[in-house]
Amino acid sequence: MTALTSTTTPIDEARPSREKLPWGNPAVYFVALLVIAIMLAPIAYIILGGFRTNSQITVDPAGWPDPWNVGNYLDVLTGQRFWQQVGNSLIVGVATTAGVVILGLAASYVIARYRFRGQGVLYALFAAGLMFPLTVAITPLYIVVRDIGLMNSLGGVILPQIAFALPMTVIILVPFLRAIPKDIEEAAAIDGAGRLAFFWRMVLPLSLLGVITVGILAFVQSWNSYLLPLFILNNEASFTLPLGVQAFSSQYSVDTAKVLAYTSLAMIPALIFFSLFERRIVGGLAGAVKG
Amino acid sequence: MSVGGQTAVRVNRPPELVAEGEGGATPPPPSRRRGGGRWGIRAEIALLTGPALLIFVGFVIVPIAAAAYYGFFSWQGYGQPTDFVGLRNYITILQDPGFHDALLHNGVIVVLSLVLQAPIAILLALLLNRRMKGQSIIRVLIFVPYVIAEVVVGTGWSLILQSDGALNNFLDQIGLGAVRQDWLSDPSIAMGTLMAILVWKYVGFAVIILLAGLQGIPQELYEAAAIDGASYWQIQRRITFPLLGPTIRIWAFLSIIGALQLFDLVYIIWGQYIAPVAGTSTMATYMVANGRNAGSFGYGIAVAVVMFVISLIVALAYQRFVLSRDTAGALTGKGRRRS
Repeated sequence: MTALTSTTTPIDEARPSREKLPWGNPAVYFVALLVIAIMLAPIAYIILGGFRTNSQITVDPAGWPDPWNVGNYLDVLTGQRFWQQVGNSLIVGVATTAGVVILGLAASYVIARYRFRGQGVLYALFAAGLMFPLTVAITPLYIVVRDIGLMNSLGGVILPQIAFALPMTVIILVPFLRAIPKDIEEAAAIDGAGRLAFFWRMVLPLSLLGVITVGILAFVQSWNSYLLPLFILNNEASFTLPLGVQAFSSQYSVDTAKVLAYTSLAMIPALIFFSLFERRIVGGLAGAVKG
Repeated sequence: MSVGGQTAVRVNRPPELVAEGEGGATPPPPSRRRGGGRWGIRAEIALLTGPALLIFVGFVIVPIAAAAYYGFFSWQGYGQPTDFVGLRNYITILQDPGFHDALLHNGVIVVLSLVLQAPIAILLALLLNRRMKGQSIIRVLIFVPYVIAEVVVGTGWSLILQSDGALNNFLDQIGLGAVRQDWLSDPSIAMGTLMAILVWKYVGFAVIILLAGLQGIPQELYEAAAIDGASYWQIQRRITFPLLGPTIRIWAFLSIIGALQLFDLVYIIWGQYIAPVAGTSTMATYMVANGRNAGSFGYGIAVAVVMFVISLIVALAYQRFVLSRDTAGALTGKGRRRS
């Protein structure tokens, strides 16, 4: 978090436009507001629906909560099921992110800064991974995970997620690591700093922007992932939030209000995470596409 | 952290074993490297790349390679596959009307995604690229649907679009009761509904990419055009669109591949049984419904192979015929584009 604030500030200052933004054309605002309304209306419907009762929804499906009813939300929040799924999603997300960053950084470092035969092959191998979407590999992947005994365990989701995130990670990180001037490495060596010290003191700080982008992409993807957990996790106790939402909505399909409350609560972590890291996510996507 | 952390750490160890094989292929490192000597460096390389390589090969390469093999068996998913059926799975797939439908739906989704999203996204990106108050918050809000999980938006949309759901009720209330529809299950409408949801969910992604592309256009070009007295639309037509071309083509590529692999939203909103009836099945939902869910793993894997081949052909063709224009332009100067 501190790292993020410190890295984003220079960007802000670097922007030439410190002067006040103009108000601009009212028609532009009108269109923008219209678009935002369309984007947010379904989300607002889900959140507001959670504050209604089932009878309110049956009588008037498109209405406003009247009176507001917090019972659905309280039920979900006081039940352990929701929290268990949040916990599972957090474990999977954090472990995936840590794995992607650590393994991806180590491999990218070698690809970017060592010289050895097979270096190009190694890079090409990871880059080729972009050609294999998870959807295509899912059934054999399921068999691999089952054969090594990781069915129904979070590890069975984490390891494949790390593997499938590595290609993008390597492709984003290698240019960052290559950009570190050779002189700095040589200077560090002359100063007697070992390679490990060089890595911690120079490489990590200089590639931090790339690392953060990669980490956020991995976390958001993991948090939203559905197909892989659907194949690997069959036991309710190991469900991540997306599976939990679906299981809940089919189990309580008559209790629409409660499903809406559950669904709203499930999207809150993603929204908070997104608003915290919005600039990085957007920058990361843009950078990934441009690069 | 605990569970995954431990697994990740455990996997960190083996590479030292890998080091032998790895190191053997490693040439003598350049002599200017200090510290450790050649074996030290080999060990370092093996240690740093080993874990990533191990996981990548184990969970990406091996399953993909296995797919090519399992696809030739009529296999129920247990034990070693024994029922070798040669190309029979593939023949069945290519003859199954269910697969033809799914393939057709994927094709429709690919085309409509491009046709519907591109103009909307370009207009929105131009709109949001103007300097105005609240710019950043507007950008963030347009991006929200993209960030929320497919499951969450799928669950929400299916409740809204049910025949007795909020949308139909809302239409009644504003006096448009005649427009009410069976949004999800009427086969003549369901594909339109799916497209609307897809556009809603993914147009923000297109806008963000295009905004990044717009930032890359040199400001001087606009200033020069403004001095020459060009109108707003002239400027967009002569400067923005051509220079945005590469960005649009890359976005279109991502969109096409995404549309060919589409699974989550259809499976969540329509499920495996309703999707084929409603006319929204895709190759991926066909794969899950007729593969794993039906207990026919060999068949499901063969479907995945077909999907992969189709995606690959499309990707290669796209790179050959569309993306090559970008590199060709860069190599041969801009002569071709100017005409």
